[in-house]
Amino acid sequence: MDKMPAWADAVLVPLISLVLAALLSALVILAIGESPLEALRLMVEGALMRSAGWGYTLYYATNFIFTGLAVSVAFHARLFNIGGEGQATLGGLGVALVVLYLPWPHWSLALLGASLGAAAFGALWALIPAYLQARRGSHIVITTIMFNFIAAALLNYVLVNVLKPVGAMDPASALFPPATHLPTFQQMFSSADSPLFRGAPANISFFLALIACVAVWLLIWRTRLGYEIRALGHSESAARYAGISPVRIVIITMLISGGLAGLMAVNTTMGESERLVMNATEGAGFIGIAVALMGRNHPFGVLLAALLFGFLYQGGAELALWTNIPRELIVVIQALVILFTGALDNMVRMPLEKLFLALRKGNA
Amino acid sequence: MDFLTLLQVLDSTVRLATPLLLACLAGLFSERAGIFDIGLEGKMLMAAFFSAAVAALTGSVWLGLLAGIASSVALSAIHGLASITFRGNQLISGVAINFLAAGLTVLIAQDWFSQGGRTPSLMGGGRFNDITLPFAETLSGVPILGPIYAELISGHSILVYVAFACVPLTWWILFRTRFGLRLRAVGEAPEAVDTAGVSVIGLRYAAVMICGLLCGIAGAYLATGLQAGFVKDMTAGRGYIALAALIFAKWRPWYALSACLLFGLLQAVALRYQNIDLGGFVIPVQVMDALPYILTVVILAGFVGKAIPPRAGGEPYVKER
Repeated sequence: MDKMPAWADAVLVPLISLVLAALLSALVILAIGESPLEALRLMVEGALMRSAGWGYTLYYATNFIFTGLAVSVAFHARLFNIGGEGQATLGGLGVALVVLYLPWPHWSLALLGASLGAAAFGALWALIPAYLQARRGSHIVITTIMFNFIAAALLNYVLVNVLKPVGAMDPASALFPPATHLPTFQQMFSSADSPLFRGAPANISFFLALIACVAVWLLIWRTRLGYEIRALGHSESAARYAGISPVRIVIITMLISGGLAGLMAVNTTMGESERLVMNATEGAGFIGIAVALMGRNHPFGVLLAALLFGFLYQGGAELALWTNIPRELIVVIQALVILFTGALDNMVRMPLEKLFLALRKGNA
Repeated sequence: MDFLTLLQVLDSTVRLATPLLLACLAGLFSERAGIFDIGLEGKMLMAAFFSAAVAALTGSVWLGLLAGIASSVALSAIHGLASITFRGNQLISGVAINFLAAGLTVLIAQDWFSQGGRTPSLMGGGRFNDITLPFAETLSGVPILGPIYAELISGHSILVYVAFACVPLTWWILFRTRFGLRLRAVGEAPEAVDTAGVSVIGLRYAAVMICGLLCGIAGAYLATGLQAGFVKDMTAGRGYIALAALIFAKWRPWYALSACLLFGLLQAVALRYQNIDLGGFVIPVQVMDALPYILTVVILAGFVGKAIPPRAGGEPYVKER
């Protein structure tokens, strides 16, 4: 018999963790002498009350959906892929190479090619840690952290020594050709008399992220491979008895995870900056960890969590603009969310389980 | 490269290796007791900020050091609570601590000093000054050995000597005391320690607290010894390099010293020379930046010796009934 009903496990525990994280964040805001309610008002106003605000919120959410899905796919096989940052960095390189060195007649074809490039490069960057974990037992957390740093150094080298146009000062690639510019929400939804999403970077890759959510759901719960991934995550020995090869599953799972993280670069590199720049990922790879934990590794949960973090990101930028609260507040909130929904999960779960057991005894 | 340049590079190697060494030994205590700690970076950063902030406010670097250690130990307590008491995932807790430190330091710095997330520059008593060892002046005339003594060994801040003294001390505690034996045992077979009637939870908390203490010193050295004040994200991945050094050293104190000196040397060379020309073949500076991480992956892959972590590492201990 389960200690808790399923709805409590799926909804109540994350909700309570979230409330705890929010309360502590409010305390932090109070401690630096600002009003939490006023801060919340500003954030909602800036991120949700105008279509341009939504344009930024959805742009950030797109990144977090991809990296959140990447982390959660790996979590299903009980692998902690902390290397989303590096995989997304390499994904950006993939996008840039595909877009810059191949002639594209139309953005739709370029989007397809760039997505393939991004996913391939991201997956490739996850392949080495995956192989080392599967074959040689090297801890994947450590190797993926190391690969984040190696990716940063590699990108630095490629930008400065290879991709930087002659005579340019800042370490960035050349601008992508106009034919490959992705349609933004402004171009897609605005008309002459009702301007929407003005100047906001949200673009068509948001829908790519939604497709990825559905695809991951299908993969994990509706395919044989997904079953094998979950089986390995629950019990390696049981999976082995069922004839599942752990080596194969670890490598395939990490390839998918790295590919998803790499796809994030389509949004940032092709959709927003339209050239490859240093540090294009801006920590989104790490936010994927918080998003996956909060979303309980379910694509729908990841979508909701990514929207919440998109809101926090855009709201945080507004706060930094209008108040004395720096953007780093978001990093604190992110840390608290990871802490409560990830590491201190049992702190919320244990009392709740006791409560439900007591309730059940009372009814019986 | 002449002798004096070599000495200067080695001198900065010692300075750069110090925070790595302290953090590496911190991780050694924690991981030997079976608690993985990828939050070294965050604890160092937190300590760097609070040591610089308190030193700037009070003018006393010693109070700063205490504040730095206290803040780092507080983060250790959170890590202990999450990973020992509530049996949470130690890696996730470490990630959370890194972000908590990265965010809080800038937030508080902006609130206290309004200088864009940094502390004012430290001066005079607000910093650990370099100590000149006895006879450094008089002996500097002696060929070879004189300059080595005067430049390389003498003239560092007190925390550098503390860090190097921690190496034999750690070895002695871990391998020559009862506490050390139990601490290692709790990382290999906690059930055996429990059967012997020793508290697994107590030992693990002790290890995590020692880790906090050493990370605190490492952070304080960064902000008040190596540099004069705190700037945003000033640890710059040193916590992860220390983690790499720990694996490189296979969780042993003396090897930790050589690993940290090696990684310190890489940093010193990368700092001094942009691109290294080896007779027609140029090593770009980015390779030097990435080398510690690449070396660690190679070691982890088991191609050069095998790095075997403590057996119970990363697993919360559940008492049998």
